[in-house]
Amino acid sequence: MTQISASAASCTLYDKLWNAHRVHDEPDGTALIYIDRHLVHEVTSPQAFEGLEIAGRKPWRIHSIVATADHNVPTTGRQAGIADPISRLQVETLDANIEKFGVPVYFGMNDARQGIVHVIGPEQGATLPGMTVVCGDSHTSTHGAFAALAFGIGTSEVEHVMATQCLVTKKSKSLLIRVEGKSGRGVTAKDMVLAIIGKIGTAGGTGHAIEFAGAAIRALSMEGRMTVCNMAIEAGARAGMIGVDEKTIAYLRGRPHAPRENEFEQAAQYWRTLVSDDGAVFDRVVELDASTIKPQVTWGTSPEMVVAIDGAVPEPATESDPVKRDAMERALQYMGLNSGTPIEQIKIDKVFIGSCTNSRIEDLRAAAGVVKGRHIAANVKLAMVVPGSGLVKRQAESEGLDKIFVAAGFEWREPGCSMCLGMNDDKLSPGERCASTSNRNFEGRQGAGGRTHLVSPEMAAAAAIAGRFADVRQVL
Amino acid sequence: MEAFRQHMGLVAPLDRANVDTDAIIPKQFLKSIKRSGFGPNLFDEWRYMDHGEPGVDNSRRVLNPNFVLNQDRYRGATVLLTRKNFGCGSSREHAPWALQQFGFKAIVAPSFADIFFNNCFKNGLLPIVLSEAEVDHLFNATLATLGMKLNIDLARQVVEIPGAEAYQFDVEDHRKQSLLNGWDEIGLSLLQADKIRAYEAARQTREPWIFS
Ligand code: SF4
Repeated sequence: MTQISASAASCTLYDKLWNAHRVHDEPDGTALIYIDRHLVHEVTSPQAFEGLEIAGRKPWRIHSIVATADHNVPTTGRQAGIADPISRLQVETLDANIEKFGVPVYFGMNDARQGIVHVIGPEQGATLPGMTVVCGDSHTSTHGAFAALAFGIGTSEVEHVMATQCLVTKKSKSLLIRVEGKSGRGVTAKDMVLAIIGKIGTAGGTGHAIEFAGAAIRALSMEGRMTVCNMAIEAGARAGMIGVDEKTIAYLRGRPHAPRENEFEQAAQYWRTLVSDDGAVFDRVVELDASTIKPQVTWGTSPEMVVAIDGAVPEPATESDPVKRDAMERALQYMGLNSGTPIEQIKIDKVFIGSCTNSRIEDLRAAAGVVKGRHIAANVKLAMVVPGSGLVKRQAESEGLDKIFVAAGFEWREPGCSMCLGMNDDKLSPGERCASTSNRNFEGRQGAGGRTHLVSPEMAAAAAIAGRFADVRQVL
Repeated sequence: MEAFRQHMGLVAPLDRANVDTDAIIPKQFLKSIKRSGFGPNLFDEWRYMDHGEPGVDNSRRVLNPNFVLNQDRYRGATVLLTRKNFGCGSSREHAPWALQQFGFKAIVAPSFADIFFNNCFKNGLLPIVLSEAEVDHLFNATLATLGMKLNIDLARQVVEIPGAEAYQFDVEDHRKQSLLNGWDEIGLSLLQADKIRAYEAARQTREPWIFS
């Protein structure tokens, strides 16, 4: 590809973010890029802190770190501490490392602001436009909703960022996903991103940074945009992003870690430039029409195995690629489903509303709107709502949402990752089927042998009431 | 980091696409605060008949005879042959740790998930991308030949069936050099400390709020 001079050419948002963070270029096309914000949680950090200590290195810029405990924390009876000794040790190790290295911003398990790392970053204004944001967690792509270059890294890279404030990386290709048109009632950001993954596949974005654009993306709230960027990784892309507009700026105003007063206005002026220029060229473009998207439900063990609520479990025989056909057959067996079964006839055992995809206040309001005045079906053994953070929980309680959920038969829990991956006590038992607002339906993800169907919060709520998947558009 | 130059080893074929990190190492094993001990729980849910938990004696668990790595002919395999999008899902470095601690030195597939691919290099585990057709051919050869080995030469960027076909693969130069020499990548980045400081100073005047 020909190199175009940076000043004159039209740049994509990704080009702008990349160029603004290059510290040093290597001859092989990789670059040392500077990291502005480093989010840390208990699962992927202990070995990194230990590595730093063994090598006798100091954190380069300790103020870049914002840390919390989220994956292992219990969602009930938190005052009693963590019962599982191995989980407890992991959280205590984080506590100790925070203390030892002097990390100034830490929302430990009992802090009122504790929560899922990808919920609290934006909530605290610790994620800002124009930043590079990393975390030892693949769903770091969430923060791209704020026109940040945000991506997940492994533990060696966590240590690398701690020690150098930089990462060695190569620029990805660019993929523009444009969603035009207007989405119908009951069709959410989650349905949009599931439809995108259904279209391009879980490897569709591999090697690319995705920018989501178009009228339907613009129309989303910041919460909705975070849901979309959160699942960029499920489409194979390390980073997903959305350009700045007035919604971005309004969301950030007054957040604890956002700039204040004059500095905020100065920052906002710069942030408004963080959009792709007219005429910017992407390596690939994918287009969708939001008006054709219906509420989505995954049927298999990969997020790309997804159909609309009025569809049916597909037939592997119709798939021509033998590897895919094989995967479909295996998925049907694991999920305990037969081809041709209408999605609306699939009964569920549990409902999980939570995770960094869908646990923000807007998600809880939407789900509460569906369950209000109704009750979960008799066959639903457990329906739980796990707010994304302590602040989301408090806000929801101040609006009375907790009462709506509890009256409908839901459990109202403490914030954390919870049954998104079941590192704490919240998990599925073998064979149990769950309507879940999380992001991964992999085998065993929510508990060994558990069967996960990914849906929006509204659809999870509708499923809880019906005891099977139901078209939320008919309930609303 | 552990160096990787050349390796000749037995191949095990894992004929699945989109093998995710939850399958490679289930989350209950992520509670460890150590970097070692993950090998016995690699592919835990596929490898054993029962459910694994940290602290359980794995040598007493019943193996799933149908899982490829449990078949006698693949015992001691050090090269994993698999399908596209291997390592999709989470960023957990426990996945390459588990593969490596099980005994794998290299993984051959038509494509890998980005974060996983990156994490492999940090640990001296070499992920090799070959075309779908080449991988297909290797699958056929592995199934047809008992004890099939592959020779992998990183300096020449070649994968070969000894005495038969050889395939060229791509690798970014800095990754190749780091692996060949077993370099400490953090140490290398710190050689640029002056540039990092100069960058920070410039950034501080442009976007002071980043540093507050
Ligand atoms: S909520 Fe789920 S996906 Fe998100 S960070 Fe926690 S475990 Fe990962």
